[in-house]
Amino acid sequence: MKKLIELRDLQKHYPVRGGILRHQVGSVKALDGIDLDIYRGECLGLVGESGCGKTTTGKAIIRLHRPTGGQIIYHRGNGHAPVDIATMSPGALKREDIRGRLQMVFQDPTTSLNPRMLVKNIIAEPLREQPPLGSRELEGRILELLHLVGLTQDHYLRYPHEFSGGQRQRLAVARAIATNPEFLVLDEPTSALDVSVQAQILNLLQELRQQLELTYLFVTHHLLVVKYISNRLAVMYLGKVVEIAPTPQLFVQASHPYTHALLSGIPIPDASQRSRRIVLQGDVPSPLNPPAGCRFHTRCPFVIDRCREEEPFLELFSEEHRVACHRKDEIERLVRDRFGR
Amino acid sequence: MTALLQTENLVTNFYTYEGVVRALNGISLVVDYGSTFGLVGESGCGKSVAVRSMMRIIQEPGRVEGGKVVVFFDPDNQQRGVDLLQQSEAYLEHLRGDQISMIFQEPNAALNPIMSIGDQVAESFLFHKRKEMCARVLEALRRPDGPSASPLGAFQRHLYARAARNPRDLLVTLTTKIPLLKHWQRRLKKEALRRSIEIIGKLGIPNPDKVVKLYPHNLSGGMKQRIVIAIALACSPLLLIADEATSNLDVTIQAQILDLLRSLKQTEIASILLITHDLGVVAETCDRVGVMYAGNLCEVADVGDLFHDPRHPYTRALLAAVPRFHQEGPLLSIEGAVPNLVDPPAGCRFHPRCPEARDICRRQFPETVDMGGDHTVACYLYTDQARAGDAP
Repeated sequence: MKKLIELRDLQKHYPVRGGILRHQVGSVKALDGIDLDIYRGECLGLVGESGCGKTTTGKAIIRLHRPTGGQIIYHRGNGHAPVDIATMSPGALKREDIRGRLQMVFQDPTTSLNPRMLVKNIIAEPLREQPPLGSRELEGRILELLHLVGLTQDHYLRYPHEFSGGQRQRLAVARAIATNPEFLVLDEPTSALDVSVQAQILNLLQELRQQLELTYLFVTHHLLVVKYISNRLAVMYLGKVVEIAPTPQLFVQASHPYTHALLSGIPIPDASQRSRRIVLQGDVPSPLNPPAGCRFHTRCPFVIDRCREEEPFLELFSEEHRVACHRKDEIERLVRDRFGR
Repeated sequence: MTALLQTENLVTNFYTYEGVVRALNGISLVVDYGSTFGLVGESGCGKSVAVRSMMRIIQEPGRVEGGKVVVFFDPDNQQRGVDLLQQSEAYLEHLRGDQISMIFQEPNAALNPIMSIGDQVAESFLFHKRKEMCARVLEALRRPDGPSASPLGAFQRHLYARAARNPRDLLVTLTTKIPLLKHWQRRLKKEALRRSIEIIGKLGIPNPDKVVKLYPHNLSGGMKQRIVIAIALACSPLLLIADEATSNLDVTIQAQILDLLRSLKQTEIASILLITHDLGVVAETCDRVGVMYAGNLCEVADVGDLFHDPRHPYTRALLAAVPRFHQEGPLLSIEGAVPNLVDPPAGCRFHPRCPEARDICRRQFPETVDMGGDHTVACYLYTDQARAGDAP
């Protein structure tokens, strides 16, 4: 498998200013050293609680903001050399046509679509940034995109408010794939949608991935959704990746206590499977002042002294399965003994 | 089973410029003592409108236009129910938050940002338990080690005595309005705050005596939701209505809140009416489930029955659309979208999306059919009319 994007020690610290002179008094460590490889053609799921830095990671990769440290290496293929886009200027990104290759679908289609623009203009907007198309060609391309996402010609001259939530999300997808990208960041694309519509959008994304050979970074907090769509899964906690594994393996053999808690927290839509869940105490600590040692130690049911002092790093647990936990080898037994799962 | 709350044919319409939105089209359900009833459906199907109609807190331009909402306060006497739709606003004011209380969806919107947590929780004690608390304060005042017998002290005692007899006494009301004089209530407020700390502590929030001095913005989402639950539980209600209580929370926090609700049901409250769009939450917490679609209740069943043997085509489709733990093959989605309720489809409102729609479904709304075992379905698939030749 070829790599498409490599994140090396990616950091994003937001300054917190205080005092009369508004000097920097601290920083919110939204991302604190992310190492992640995204392979061509896969769908990598990124899960975690709100505020753990999932969206920040996604936005950093497509350079909607500038990371404060680390590298984002983009392997373009087709004879291009790999480039580090973390420090590229916005102008250079546009010149090299990297913007068009990396696109994003946002969470809430109601707010990500301009209510004063017609559908045709919404979808044409990214196309106008590319080598100019004639008006006929442009129209043809827009209609092609609408068909791709399951909309029809009738929707061409409408405003976003005339669509239902699911259709709006289809529009957002059409806009994102307009420039023939190879990588899409999907930032909770279904969390604003109803269950029946969510299934439609998930199936659509699944089809598009195969049809257009796309690579996805699927950001979500919903584990069952991500299980359905992704090949590999990365679990984030407080600005760090704590576990990464192929999806089936992660669900069978989770090795980080946080992953166990997340998995047991999923309400399973089956009345016969009421299981005992691991209820974590307390809330996610503030990223302004993350705990020393392992960041999860304040809520971890299996904390030992070493966790409070020494920070664990992502280490190989088994093939393609990496975990950042000091007690990764015994977690399965510990969970079984304590919670009987 | 004994019923706690029973609605019959509840109809609510909203009079908008675009036309009449028929949000509730005759809902009949029963919440039993000691059970958790789940109301599920997609957004816009009328779940929230249903419970708001029951509590009569529908806002303009909505109106509850028909039906009954009967509450049985005495589990042993099923004859004497009170129809909330016939009661005065004053009666309901004393009922809401005391006998029946509600948790709203968005804790940020449900809490007042400029009132401290303690004051917000104490509010419901001060409103509903005034009499009882005045009596308690009076008891403390009359103790020999209480305050001295100064004229002011005597006046205070007199006021508490009057308030304990009748909280709406004229003199009591007057003195609460006059600056300086109104300070006699200090002990009452202290008592309310003491109770607030107690209830907040009971919900598993660390350092409750510090938390009551904080403001909502100081707390995290899960904590805020706990405070909202504390307010709802303050007066130990018979029925707790949770309107999407966990929808905006993270998985781990949601697990905490669901755990909390479950343990509360064993100790504090008689029944819970849970509104959610998450079938997983329903499967884990509810005993009975009602599935709503476009203002109608299409299926009501025990939770095990519903998940193992769904009868209504909508319920089946909904269950097939949820990603499972052991998902194999593609998800089956429901084609089309929820209809606009200004002009709902004639007959069964689900027929445009229904794979098994027949002629009769397009013409006439199906009656509710009893499938046995407390399982009711509103669908022509199970009536004799449909079987008699009206093939799909």
